[in-house]
Amino acid sequence: MPIPRRLKAAVMLTALAVAPVAALAAGDKMMDAINEYRELLADGNPSELVAAQGEELWKTPRGPKKASLEQCDLGLGPGVVKGASAQLPRFFKDTGKVQDLETRLMTCMETLQGIDPNKVINERWLKGERENMAALVAYVVTESNGVKVKVDTRHPAMKKMYELGKQTFYYRAGPMDFSCATCHGDQGKRIRMQELPDLRTHEGAIAGWGSWPAYRVSNGQFWTMQHRLNDCFRQQRTAEPIYGSDVTIALSVYLATKANGGKMVTPGIKR
Amino acid sequence: MKKITTIAALVLAIPAAWAAGEDSYADFKAMMDASFKTTGIAAKHRMYQLDFQKACSQEKQPSKAEMARIEAEQLKTIRYPADGKYFGDWKQGEKIALDGRGLTWTDKTPHNNGGGCYNCHQLSHHEISYGTIGPSLLEYGKTRGNAEDVVKYTWGKIYNAKAFNACSNMPRNGDAEILTEQQMKHLMAFLFDPASPVNKK
Ligand code: HEC
Ligand code: HEC
Repeated sequence: MPIPRRLKAAVMLTALAVAPVAALAAGDKMMDAINEYRELLADGNPSELVAAQGEELWKTPRGPKKASLEQCDLGLGPGVVKGASAQLPRFFKDTGKVQDLETRLMTCMETLQGIDPNKVINERWLKGERENMAALVAYVVTESNGVKVKVDTRHPAMKKMYELGKQTFYYRAGPMDFSCATCHGDQGKRIRMQELPDLRTHEGAIAGWGSWPAYRVSNGQFWTMQHRLNDCFRQQRTAEPIYGSDVTIALSVYLATKANGGKMVTPGIKR
Repeated sequence: MKKITTIAALVLAIPAAWAAGEDSYADFKAMMDASFKTTGIAAKHRMYQLDFQKACSQEKQPSKAEMARIEAEQLKTIRYPADGKYFGDWKQGEKIALDGRGLTWTDKTPHNNGGGCYNCHQLSHHEISYGTIGPSLLEYGKTRGNAEDVVKYTWGKIYNAKAFNACSNMPRNGDAEILTEQQMKHLMAFLFDPASPVNKK
């Protein structure tokens, strides 16, 4: 989504992010510059506009049932948005499933508005109902900014998802033999200039999980967590995970559990 | 595809940690099966593991004996250049080392891949954008010389890194057909040629 506000700083960072690295004197200098711009943007997060669109969507009657999402239960009761994303994923009795924010929103869209989940599942990133999803996500996670991650680690369904997520994290497959752990299983590593959080640790998980969904300055796009995970699987050279599939939920439970107690900074701002 | 064991077949060989949880492993298998789809060149069967991939999918590495067994097996996959020539053009090698593209579902063809060496290694005196998952290979040829054993080892490492470290993070460029023999020769020149920026300031 194009972002008119704070355009100047964003454009500068975009240029920086895509500039040939050799043009800069030193790698550290570039990291410093990026961090500097990130701070500059922090009190005017470019996601604000997307979040505003999401809030509008949340309140607008849509779909065959011409209803809004204002009665959507994200886990804290119908209509409660404040702090809701910090306690996701969680087990929902009505669906009998562990759901992350995006799959839960799909449930609300289906039950309240009559919108077929396949309209999101089969869509392309940043198009149609998936673009609407991203806006809704931006709105909801903004309402958990600064809130501590608080996922239920005791529910048996959550315990099971955690174990499945952990197995996935170490699961090597594909032509490059990579797993998540190849890139996120050690301290202080990077790929080219991109720093990689060690997602096995609480610190790494809160840095990674706790700062997503995020606005990506390099391409001027707002990405949901499903989008982030999808792109990591792409880099891992696996087959493509289906939107909202259990593998994405299991990984999210694994990461959120590790991040438990840490502070969410959402939406994040990324390279 | 060689050496593919299906996920279904893996149920027969549950690792010790799962001995008590046959159900959990079945659940995992079912989850993986239901969660992925073929997109472009990234076929769903990519989710099936090779034997060594499976052995290296735990939080901890396999036992020393198991590692040695895998390494011996992987060593057999290495094909040395038929013409006995190990070195191509270092300038082309540099391009291959910089190029991290290939084999994702947004790539059109499974051929024409980059080596992505800079994703993980420091290599030259002038490229500052390098990753750190692997060790620095700066001045590789200069510090190691070009004796036959060094050259053959390096070829082997690029061809199939798992022959020397069963659970290495480095891809099997030759064995998994990520790179061609010619591309690997260019990379060898990049690592060893005294004129290459790997060795020359
Ligand atoms: C081949 C490398 C690679 C693999 C494999 C990989 N990732 Fe990533 N991951 C990255 C890179 C690079 C980034 C930084 C994102 C960027 O700036 O584009 C990242 C970012 C992330 C982030 C956000 C971190 C942050 O601080 O913004 C999360 C969470 C994440 N990955 C999870 C995973 C999971 C879960 C898997 C396995 C399914 C995985 N990754 C596999 C390379 C990888
Ligand atoms: C995803 C990470 C990764 C990528 C990509 C990668 N490597 Fe490696 N490489 C490693 C690691 C880790 C090691 C250390 C030994 C080990 O664990 O196998 C290594 C070791 C090596 C060694 C042996 C160094 C020694 O001292 O024995 C050579 C040579 C090498 N890599 C060359 C390459 C080349 C050439 C490429 C590109 C075609 C490449 N690597 C791509 C991770 C990687």
